[in-house]
Amino acid sequence: MKLSKKILAVLALLPGFVFANEGSFPLDRAPERNDIGSLQNGAKLFVNYCLNCHSASAMRYNRLRDLGLSEDQIKNNLLFSGEKVGDMMTIAMRPADAKAWFGAVPPDLSVIARARASGAGSGADYLYTYLRTFYKDDTRPTGWNNMVVPNVAMPHVLWQLQGVRTAKMVEEDDPHEHGKKVHKFAGFEQVSKGQLSPQEFDTQVADLVAYMNWMAEPAQDLRKRLGAIVLLFLAVFAFLAWRLNASYWKDVK
Amino acid sequence: MGTAFKETKLPADAPKSQKALAWVDDRFPLSKLWNDQWGKYYAPKNFNVWYIFGSLAMLILVLQIVTGIFLTMHYKPDANLAFGSVEYIMREVPWGWLVRYMHSTGASMFFIVVYLHMTRALLYGSYRKPRELIWLFGFATFLCLMAEAFFGYLLPWGQMSYWGAQVIVNLFSAIPVIGPDLSLWIRGDYVVSDATLNRFFAFHVIAIPLVLLGLVAAHLIALHEVGSNNPDGIEVKENVGPDGHGVDMIPSHPYYTTKDLFGVSVFLFIYSAVIFFAPEMGGYFLEYNNFLPADSMKTPPHIAPTWYFTPFYSVLRATTSDFMWVVMAGVAAYVVFIWLRSRLSYKTKIVITAIAVVLEIGMLFLEAKVWGVVLFGSSVVILALLPWLDHSPVKSIRYRPDWHKYVYLVFAIAFVALGYLGTQLPTPAYTLIAQACTLIYFSFFLLMPWWSASGRFKAVPNRVTFTPH
Repeated sequence: MKLSKKILAVLALLPGFVFANEGSFPLDRAPERNDIGSLQNGAKLFVNYCLNCHSASAMRYNRLRDLGLSEDQIKNNLLFSGEKVGDMMTIAMRPADAKAWFGAVPPDLSVIARARASGAGSGADYLYTYLRTFYKDDTRPTGWNNMVVPNVAMPHVLWQLQGVRTAKMVEEDDPHEHGKKVHKFAGFEQVSKGQLSPQEFDTQVADLVAYMNWMAEPAQDLRKRLGAIVLLFLAVFAFLAWRLNASYWKDVK
Repeated sequence: MGTAFKETKLPADAPKSQKALAWVDDRFPLSKLWNDQWGKYYAPKNFNVWYIFGSLAMLILVLQIVTGIFLTMHYKPDANLAFGSVEYIMREVPWGWLVRYMHSTGASMFFIVVYLHMTRALLYGSYRKPRELIWLFGFATFLCLMAEAFFGYLLPWGQMSYWGAQVIVNLFSAIPVIGPDLSLWIRGDYVVSDATLNRFFAFHVIAIPLVLLGLVAAHLIALHEVGSNNPDGIEVKENVGPDGHGVDMIPSHPYYTTKDLFGVSVFLFIYSAVIFFAPEMGGYFLEYNNFLPADSMKTPPHIAPTWYFTPFYSVLRATTSDFMWVVMAGVAAYVVFIWLRSRLSYKTKIVITAIAVVLEIGMLFLEAKVWGVVLFGSSVVILALLPWLDHSPVKSIRYRPDWHKYVYLVFAIAFVALGYLGTQLPTPAYTLIAQACTLIYFSFFLLMPWWSASGRFKAVPNRVTFTPH
């Protein structure tokens, strides 16, 4: 039996076992931007740009107090359509409408930064790369395509900041199959300038991603700080337990 | 008839606590239970680090039950609410994130500790006569633990929860004739759904834990009846000193109380390091995909069970239709081997041959998927047979021929390799390696009656190996 048939046999054994077709585009490392200013800026970007189509239904607005914002600041700057500060970050768009308009329901983003982690990189790396690799593609209904998620349903929401870019593709010989050509990505071409320089845009996206990473587990900071104290305590406890044990066992001949 | 009830009389000036204990002891064997099971339970004095994992498993069991009770207070076993309620616990419930991480990390730690506990038994022959029942109770506990983990993993209602359960329940549909109806009966629906979630919740929080606790109790009662084995595999009770106890034995309290306390503190350090600094453990303890809500319309590109099931899962995946020829040849060769080399009775050999013939015919006519499930089940169940497969004249690996150590090493490598491969997408090369490891895995057990008895064994001393601390 040929190897290809062997693969088929394994596939047949487990329904739903198919090869990954995503994640072939190499992910950039998301810069660490965990200072309070970056996170606050990220929260502002998130509420302005993401929270129209996407919800974050596990996230309560006033949890943003953990990022140094007061309830009044949250009310005055981040609440636009009559929500209360104790509400969850939900949206008005109904899933059925979203399906009709976009072809897919925009996923809830509460824990998306955790869900998108993989062997290729952290969830933050994924989001950082994804949000920066949109390009103009007139064959798509929205006019946009993406390198990380080919044929994505989401349009390039940040295009005014980044400007319009196209993807340059070159033809190359297929390394796996002789005589065939493959299209290979060879960089972006800026068609029109955005409001931000490329460096500024990267920084803004990094802030947004840092916020989404924080939002995926708001307790993570407390977790690590508490962890240091717990480990310190246990180290002392282990030392005492070790000495206590030794003092009993010295009599055992 | 027993003796008439008689109240213990203590002097009037005896401490209140002593009087209270005497009052209880007259009515309930409190002191007797403590002394029998721990306080005056004499154990060999040469326990090494391998002997901590039993206590640790007990500790984790308690931690899982306590954290589980608190999670149940906030969790909603409802397909529409389950995923959200877990995030609610992570964000809105005070200290909910800590309780949840303790429970999710505890599940993986439970398996690490239990696998090490079983390795100890393998190294020192702790399952050998007269401890066969301890092993069988322990094995049943392990089965319960697997069921408990499987049912519990559906509850967060993430993508991996959902599709993992779907794949495993589908395995039952491979059973001829009754399979499809059986899997339907288990799910309570045509796909994994709210009905499945509710029954899995019931099994996870009530049914399995009850059985688990009973089995652990039986495991401990059997252990304290026959006494513990030790790294030298010597029956320490046979060498009694003037005080009526084995010369190489010490009371568990205070010696193993303090030793276990030290072990527990080291364990808690590692456990806490994971909880506070790596609760996902690189996607092995909490799988990334499970942060996406279950979606019956979207099959994830890569479905893998949690790491503790992957060695057995690999055996399942390795059973492809062309591997069946290897399995058939293996079964035939094994029967021939039994006829030539075994001292089993003529009758037993005939029975084995008849079973083998039925199996071979079955392998010719039933698809590989069925046999994958059979081998998957056998790879777990075969562990139960260890007390009767091991024919070594000594218990401990210390006095076995040196080459036995390599046999164990090869087996351990095959087991770990199967575990690793089970987490990966199958490639033709990986499948071949998994098939080789599957053969090694089963050969280790099936050929054990012969290899475990051969070679030059070292002399077993009368006293245990012990260097004072």
